[in-house]
Amino acid sequence: MLKAKIFVQLKPSVLDPQGKAVSGTLSQLGFDTVQSTRISRYIEIVFAENDVEVLRPKVKEICDTLLANPNTETYHFDIEKVAES
Amino acid sequence: MRVSVITFPGSNCDIDSRDVFADLGHDSRTIWHKDTDLQNPDLVVLPGGFSYGDYLRSGALARFSPVMKEVISFAKQGGYILGICNGFQVLTEAQLLPGSLLANENLDFICRHQYIRVETGNSPWTHGLDKGRILDIPIAHKKGRYHLDQESLKRLEDNDQVIFRYADEEGRITPEANPNGSVNNIAGICSENRRILGMMPHPERAATKAVVSSDGYEILKAFESYLASGN
Repeated sequence: MLKAKIFVQLKPSVLDPQGKAVSGTLSQLGFDTVQSTRISRYIEIVFAENDVEVLRPKVKEICDTLLANPNTETYHFDIEKVAES
Repeated sequence: MRVSVITFPGSNCDIDSRDVFADLGHDSRTIWHKDTDLQNPDLVVLPGGFSYGDYLRSGALARFSPVMKEVISFAKQGGYILGICNGFQVLTEAQLLPGSLLANENLDFICRHQYIRVETGNSPWTHGLDKGRILDIPIAHKKGRYHLDQESLKRLEDNDQVIFRYADEEGRITPEANPNGSVNNIAGICSENRRILGMMPHPERAATKAVVSSDGYEILKAFESYLASGN
């Protein structure tokens, strides 16, 4: 089986109020070198597939169709082998 | 007119939306999101709420509900669609309207009365309303910050597709009057063919005798008069 580990992030041009709020709290906690925080979404999907090169375009299609909004988000992913459970 | 209001799992303004049209004498019904028959409507309403719990992104999962194939096909045939709040989010996810609705700048869930300014009378939804008219329409959302890249924004504004902006009581478009950080105070937009309206404020919550503002009627009656004028 294969697992896709997908990160979906807001584009740098899009304001991330959650990240901003977390930055504020980190500063308050004394982490005074924190410059900025961006919150991303991390998604794992396990597939009954064994060929990484066959899976790669499918994961891309899944990201383009549903997981990421091209207006506001970018994504990247890795694929790794996982043991049958 | 015949009005079909779509009920997604998590919709919570579907009954209100159905009833305000019914109270005005229209043949109004709800359609479950798994149905694929829109029942020959003159108007489809995508109501407010939290379809699919707002999972992934607001509207992202509802956009793929079985009924949406029919809604998209209805849109492509020039059908009239009104998307309110979550309905607006679904319309952007389905790419029937440009842009996206993101988390409010202050991260608050905002539920209050809000003044909006009519930006153009050139839409079925503001037909007969003066540009600059101020309406008191409630808002209730956490993800209502309208976002669009600069180039698309220019095109939207040049095409007169901005229908409502957040304003103060005097109609001034200021940062203070902008509840959620929407670009250029945008509260509602229409499609290029002007037949699809998406708006974050809830006109159906200002269109019954039981509530303080009745300004929602202005939008509903504008649409009625537009249809009656044979457009």
